[in-house]
Amino acid sequence: MSSDEQHKVLVCQGTGCVSGGSEKIYSLLQEQAGRSDGGEIHIKRTGCHGFCQQGPLIVLEPEGTLYTRVKTDDVPEILQSLLPGGKLLDRLFYRDPLTQKAIPKYHEIPFYSQQERVILRYCGSIDPEDIDEYLAVGGYEALRKAILEMSPEEVISEVKRSGLRGLGGAGFPTGIKWEACRKAPGDERYVICNADEGDPGAFQDRSVLEGNPHSVLEGMIIAAYAINAKKCIIYVRAEYPLAVNRLKIAIEQARRNGFLGRNILESNFTVNIDIFQGAGAFVCGESTALVRSIEGKRGRPKPMPRPRTSEIGLWNNPTLLNNVKTFANIPLIISQGSEQFACKGTEKSKGTAVFSLTGKVANCGLIEVPMGITLRKIIYDIGGGILKGKAFKAVQTGGPSGGCLPESMLDMAVDFDSLKQAGSIMGSGGMVVMDEDTCMVDVARYFLDFTRRESCGQCLPCRLGTKQMFDILDDITKGKGKPEDIELLTELSEAIKKSSICGLGQTVPNPVLTTLRYFKDEYEAHIKEKKCPAGVCMTQKEST
Amino acid sequence: MERMSIRIDDQDIETKKGASLLETSLAYGIYIPHLCYYPDLKPAGSCRLCIVEMDNGKLVTSCRTNVKEGMVVRTKSDELDRLRRPIVEMIIANHHMDCRNCGKKGKCVLQKIMAYMKIDKKRVQRLRLPKEELLPDESNPFFVRDHNKCVLCGICVRTCQEIEKLSAIDFACRGNNTVIAPFGNKPIAESVCVSCGECAIRCPVGALLPKKTGRALSEIKTICTYCSVGCSLYLGMRDNSLVNVRGDYESPVNKGILCVKGRFGSSFVHSKDRLTSPLIKKGDKFVEVSWDKTLTFIADQLRKYKGEEFALIASSRCTNEENYIAQKFARVVMGSNNIDTTARLSDAPSLAALLNTLRKGASTGYISDIEKASCILIIGTNVTQSHPIISIEIKKAAERGARLIVINPLEIDLCRFAEIWMKPYPGTELALIMGMSKVIVDDELIDNSFIKQYCDNFEDFKDSLEKFSFGRVERITGVSREILEEAAKIFATNKPAVILWSEGITQSSHGTDNVLGIINLSIITGNTGSGSSGLIPLFAKNNTLGAFDMGCIPDFLPGYQPITSQKVRQRIESLWGNSLNSNPGLTLTEILQAVQKGQVKALYIIGSNLLLDVAYSQGVREALQKAEFVVFQDLFLNETARYADVILPAASFAEKNGTFTNTEGRVQGIERAFDPVGNSQTDWEIICKLAMLLGKGGFDFSDHEDIIKEISEIVPWYYTNEIGSYAQRDKFILTPLQYRPPEEVSDIDYPLILISERDIFSSGYLSRKIEGLEFLRAKDYIALNPQDALDFDVRDGETVRIISRWGEVKGIAKITVSSPPGLIVMDFLEEKILQLIKPALDPVARTPESKICAVRIESLKESRDE
Repeated sequence: MSSDEQHKVLVCQGTGCVSGGSEKIYSLLQEQAGRSDGGEIHIKRTGCHGFCQQGPLIVLEPEGTLYTRVKTDDVPEILQSLLPGGKLLDRLFYRDPLTQKAIPKYHEIPFYSQQERVILRYCGSIDPEDIDEYLAVGGYEALRKAILEMSPEEVISEVKRSGLRGLGGAGFPTGIKWEACRKAPGDERYVICNADEGDPGAFQDRSVLEGNPHSVLEGMIIAAYAINAKKCIIYVRAEYPLAVNRLKIAIEQARRNGFLGRNILESNFTVNIDIFQGAGAFVCGESTALVRSIEGKRGRPKPMPRPRTSEIGLWNNPTLLNNVKTFANIPLIISQGSEQFACKGTEKSKGTAVFSLTGKVANCGLIEVPMGITLRKIIYDIGGGILKGKAFKAVQTGGPSGGCLPESMLDMAVDFDSLKQAGSIMGSGGMVVMDEDTCMVDVARYFLDFTRRESCGQCLPCRLGTKQMFDILDDITKGKGKPEDIELLTELSEAIKKSSICGLGQTVPNPVLTTLRYFKDEYEAHIKEKKCPAGVCMTQKEST
Repeated sequence: MERMSIRIDDQDIETKKGASLLETSLAYGIYIPHLCYYPDLKPAGSCRLCIVEMDNGKLVTSCRTNVKEGMVVRTKSDELDRLRRPIVEMIIANHHMDCRNCGKKGKCVLQKIMAYMKIDKKRVQRLRLPKEELLPDESNPFFVRDHNKCVLCGICVRTCQEIEKLSAIDFACRGNNTVIAPFGNKPIAESVCVSCGECAIRCPVGALLPKKTGRALSEIKTICTYCSVGCSLYLGMRDNSLVNVRGDYESPVNKGILCVKGRFGSSFVHSKDRLTSPLIKKGDKFVEVSWDKTLTFIADQLRKYKGEEFALIASSRCTNEENYIAQKFARVVMGSNNIDTTARLSDAPSLAALLNTLRKGASTGYISDIEKASCILIIGTNVTQSHPIISIEIKKAAERGARLIVINPLEIDLCRFAEIWMKPYPGTELALIMGMSKVIVDDELIDNSFIKQYCDNFEDFKDSLEKFSFGRVERITGVSREILEEAAKIFATNKPAVILWSEGITQSSHGTDNVLGIINLSIITGNTGSGSSGLIPLFAKNNTLGAFDMGCIPDFLPGYQPITSQKVRQRIESLWGNSLNSNPGLTLTEILQAVQKGQVKALYIIGSNLLLDVAYSQGVREALQKAEFVVFQDLFLNETARYADVILPAASFAEKNGTFTNTEGRVQGIERAFDPVGNSQTDWEIICKLAMLLGKGGFDFSDHEDIIKEISEIVPWYYTNEIGSYAQRDKFILTPLQYRPPEEVSDIDYPLILISERDIFSSGYLSRKIEGLEFLRAKDYIALNPQDALDFDVRDGETVRIISRWGEVKGIAKITVSSPPGLIVMDFLEEKILQLIKPALDPVARTPESKICAVRIESLKESRDE
């Protein structure tokens, strides 16, 4: 057997699978593979494979077999199966939730086959703690090209031509931001990677950092070169210890390989990357609050009118702030060219989007799709439809600031602009699917419960408004709603949306507004009939 | 100023550039509701009520949008109403709406907004009201913090940050749990808050309310009677009582800002402890006697004492005019130049050094110029505690980019703003200053043309620097050469540079030399001039400088005219119509020694508490007992008064007219707000009556203006208020100096050095009469470093004994890292410290070395279990 055909066992070491015991599985596999004399089996850890719901996951290469829900007890048999004449373990195959038919090869599973993995292309196939594996798939070639062959201006215009828009949620054109930052006057400049992923149920940034940290570092270093920054900071949640650890390892390896530090690749360019761990405030994902947080101040957004962070940011210097996934796209744009990137997606939203698909959908997990794909395709083709054959009710995108979209919107294309038009947002990429058993008033209440705690408390509409709307929604779910509450919620929502300081406050009413818009009957049932159509709220018990 | 025209609500407005829309609109009488805007603070834009509509439909916060030519703005519209009304309704729903019983009633900004918006209370009822009520924080003696009324506009937070530069409070917690809180959400009294009350006066609602305050019917403008900053303030009066105090925004000195003593410390004037009647000692008791009888008694007694058998201790708290009368009384009526004040104990070295070198005793710059300085050197003074308003000016300068250098053995508040903090061993500051001068001379950073023009003796001075090499200075002071060198370079290369100092370097056996060293530093760098540069001594009391100026010093007649000069004497003798004693009198410390020796027999003490001011206090007690006749004249019966034969009740600053001279030399008027309490009289009236009883002319004044007229003849420059103007400066004198160690040095028996510090809440006897100030001040502590505590077996909170070569006292040990190793820190206000020190005197100014003392510490081990 030549080394090409060597068996590889890829053990997912994403947070989801780790919590299912995949670290133990990995070490057992290593231990026992060493003892078995049957062949050369290479046991390898990887980042998130995306199909977290089915974890812990193991992929057998070169065949591409996916084992799901692996337990430590399965280890000896897995190794056995790899020996010549060994038989694959039928019970660990993925099964179609509807037909129960086993699908052994992962690229045949609809969850994977319908995706277009660009940002996530090496998540799940390379070892995130080994820079050599990243180098083996062409890693840091883009950096080499940018620094040695391109001027900073050329890098910026390449990014501009790609049409890449910020994937943190607001969708600001990335190249324009870079250009503004480069042109802004200032002695020092900073690049900050926003990895303060705080939306409940969102884990796409975490997965990229855990699965392919070097792609983010490479993007940041290229950005630093483009805007002439000497210092980069990754602002990452302290609640992501695994990501922090892998970033530390990656930074150290990049430094040892000459991609970070003094005179990168023997050029005149010098840059360093530091990690800053956030303290858990959701609002610190907002650019000005994030900057204040690094400065050691209370994390509160700055009100408008104010200069952009790209002009006056950290320590009053021009600061380029981009999301994890935005940076992860950069190496590809530089190495393959902007045209290649721009051919995916829609006219105004280029490239791909990563979503954390969760809720009452058959296949939960991390997915990457081209911009412009329909919600229906995501939910039914990739997600495998609604669990237990229940009926679809709504999908919520964009985290707590997003909106809930009904079945009638399922054929809408997913991109920055259409989502906004429908009353929701792209956000950082959370996507929660709800079935007929979900109460939409309760959903709105849930999100307001989150935002009323996470409002920074600075501006009156957001601080008082989230609390007020939560109290009203809470009353409604308890059967204490008043007929005028619907109008009141609408009035409050409009005032809060228009008068709040930052993006948090301005989008806080979205879950209320969209549920009122698409599911008003549910509110009315709670208020007038003291009934919860979905049977979730305690309406009837309490009202009797 | 560039003008521009804009349009607000169909009204065309011509306005100036640089103002915000909100300011402009309010200035033109167009009200826009706002909660978080306050004129002297940066706009926060957080209440969102001042949002207005631009003609392109954009909504902007008018407080953060500057006017631009051609702007068209609407402050009212249906859309704005839909946006503002729910916010205001929610504020009301979350606000404790007991307006009728609220102290802010009628002045509440929320009430104003409600009226403007015509808020319908029924609509508010649709909202969900908070269920919980929070307990108000009543821990501060001067104001209450009621969270139930707080609208979280953040004005208090920004005031503390931008005005007071303290940041004692901030927003705490998140979302609807957000509150304004000091560190750790503790009661405000347990925080670093200095109770200046600036937040309370800016609070738009009733969330921060002064506790004991009333509405004034009239106001009297006057000057604060505590420290020498000389803050201008208004006494709010109602029914002949002082009901509140506010800062004077027109004042170039304090610009409206006050510290805790200025704002809340004036009510001592109504203290029940005020002396209200003359008292004569009969046996062991003081008996009330009429003024006539008392003055006759005093006159009869004083006739027995000739010339130098008499001494008068004047008061740095009295007005210039009173001090003028006091010294005139001593010189003319009693024929004695034995006149001095307690300023001898702290500020005389500054005066002596300044007079010797610059020929003028006051500062060379304005307080308001500090803000414009490029470099500020602070030495031997904790400005934040002793002169709070000046400390704010320093912080403003530092924030703006001025280089701040602090020299102090202790980590004072200003260290937070300092670029360099040098910690010399106590008493070694002069070596450090000379070391800095040497660096500046050696590196040729001196101002050559300035020196050439104004100094003759530069070479002598240069030679004297020879010994102050890095190696020596480093070993003497404990400050590393790198830091010393950097500080010197920063000081020399950032002009204008200003130096501020006070008792930390003057209360020394070589205090005058210390000040001369600073003056040298200022001269060689060409900073001794006017405007944002030069030398600002921080005198201790409200009228320390005025008392100096008026001749309440033994060797100078008013206006620093030497008593030893025949020419001077002749001129003044003819003006006063009396002959003068040509013999320079004794200083305070010498007077007390002379009393003990029986040379001085009669003492007239005005507004001074010698027992709490002068070390060694046992010696003071002996002197007071030894004196044959002691007159004591003050507001209160203090420790010193018990030794008097006669006690005279004096009027407070609020009960008289006159002038005070602040530390920069600014002469400012005070005005009578109400009549002297009880039978008290103003100091000048008492002394003039006594002088006339003793048969001397020249004391028949009808009011203070009369006295001012006479002073203006004796000292023509006095009321011209030309501060720091060295326009006709002739020559400055550089002084070659040698280093002498302090007289008090540690040894094997007394291995630790005791130093004293001040706190902002205390200032002599007056502040003790304010309950709130007494509550807030740190009391009776003996602070030491954890390492020293370990070495000398002392535990936190234990009763310990401090033993010096001269005495011992007991106190409670406070173990804290804020005390540097080897130093014991005690509060200056405690008489205790005076029992430990038997000071050596400065050879020039005769100021006692009372700042440092070698001691050892022993635990009484009272409460230990073993």
